[in-house]
Amino acid sequence: MSFDVSLIESRLPQLAHALWLTMIMWIIGLIGAGILGFLVAVGRRFGPRWVNWLLGVYVEVFRGTPFLIQLFLLYFGGPYAGLSLDPVPAGLLGLSVYGAAYFSEIFRAGFEAVPHGHVEAAQCVGLSRSQIVRRILLPEMTMIVLPAAVNMAIVLLKETTVLSIITVQELQFTISSIGSEFYAFVEAFSLLALFFWGLVEICGWLGAVLEARLSRFRFAAP
Amino acid sequence: MSDPAIVIAGLSKRFGETEVLHGIDLEVAQGEATCIIGPSGSGKSTLLRCIAFLEEATAGTITVYGQPLGFSVDASGRRTRLPTANIRAVRSRIGMVFQQFNLWPHMTALGNVSEALKTVRRLPRPEAEERAMVQLRRIGLADRAGHYPSQLSGGQQQRVAIARALALEPKIMLFDEATASLDPELTGEVLNVMRQLAADGMTMVIVTHEVGFAASIGKKIAFLDKGRVLVAGSPQQIFAKPRNPRIDQFLDTYLDRGAAMLI
Repeated sequence: MSFDVSLIESRLPQLAHALWLTMIMWIIGLIGAGILGFLVAVGRRFGPRWVNWLLGVYVEVFRGTPFLIQLFLLYFGGPYAGLSLDPVPAGLLGLSVYGAAYFSEIFRAGFEAVPHGHVEAAQCVGLSRSQIVRRILLPEMTMIVLPAAVNMAIVLLKETTVLSIITVQELQFTISSIGSEFYAFVEAFSLLALFFWGLVEICGWLGAVLEARLSRFRFAAP
Repeated sequence: MSDPAIVIAGLSKRFGETEVLHGIDLEVAQGEATCIIGPSGSGKSTLLRCIAFLEEATAGTITVYGQPLGFSVDASGRRTRLPTANIRAVRSRIGMVFQQFNLWPHMTALGNVSEALKTVRRLPRPEAEERAMVQLRRIGLADRAGHYPSQLSGGQQQRVAIARALALEPKIMLFDEATASLDPELTGEVLNVMRQLAADGMTMVIVTHEVGFAASIGKKIAFLDKGRVLVAGSPQQIFAKPRNPRIDQFLDTYLDRGAAMLI
């Protein structure tokens, strides 16, 4: 079996579109998961007990089951519950809800890692609860959770390949169909692996740049 | 003699099963420094945190310039929690300085001092920063305005924390072992800022381990032991002989430690 590059060249426009779609799914899914995860973490920390309990069940369920199955149930089972979504919106919703379960735990740990005295200092100068979240907890938490959040972003990037099962024409879907068309699986999947590795490296590099920028905010030793 | 700034009456605080404060009665005079001293675990910090409303007392009252803090008590002795806006208004007259400084690490010194002016007082940024600079000049750190807390020494951080509290122009300043996490050299610069405040006529409540400092700055000293005010009075009354035996014992441990260092 030989590695035939020309196969790939002939499908460049299709691949470019697939790469674009993977990026879109990932970035929008990541933003959705981040925002939703933050809201869940806030709800669990500041909400009443039953909200904390309910959100706790959500987190357990979505961390406890494979993304593949969640997506299947959402896309194929959704219509029975009156939720008929096209592949792309279904994929975005699935990624957001799945990622949010993990992000909420990252943020929850982040909240707990912010020294309580910083919050007390804010209370003493009269900041309201929402101002404390926005002005103190959120920024301080960001520096604490950044490495874990970058990790989660990478996991979510790789989970986008699962979207192929609900016919989102992202990289996995496109490249494996090229593979089966030409019966060239080694080429196809090597290329796929390279694409993802490249994306992950870029993501990791961005994370490192961000961490370096934020490092001057490091907690001062009292 | 003007009315006292703070009147504490019958204040008790319970954490679960343990009662940390047992019926504290204390008055803090306007324009004076009142120091609270006593052994570890005597409830000094808890008392101060109750005045800052960081802890809510289980019984008794704190009155700040005639207004009840946190709870109102009716004729039959029932405590009712006051509305948030009311609590906030009373708290706004009080500034707090912590042992651990508690500066916000993602803001510069100027950002820390101007934050509440922007978010709470809703001043436009230039005006808030102008006022913050006034306070930074007052504590002698105008040239460090753009530094983050991690770029400042412990003493400088604590001075910025004092400026942060002063920016809101409180009538009363609380100090919770403000120098306890500083080495002796840095302690001096913070104590100087506190002395300056006292000279300016700021009403201060100071919880401290620095007995000498307490004796020199405090117009009134309260000695706390096991959640009770054992004695309160002028430094002369507290330290002049014959002393309360419990205070003698407390001061002896200080001397012991001093002597131990010499040997």
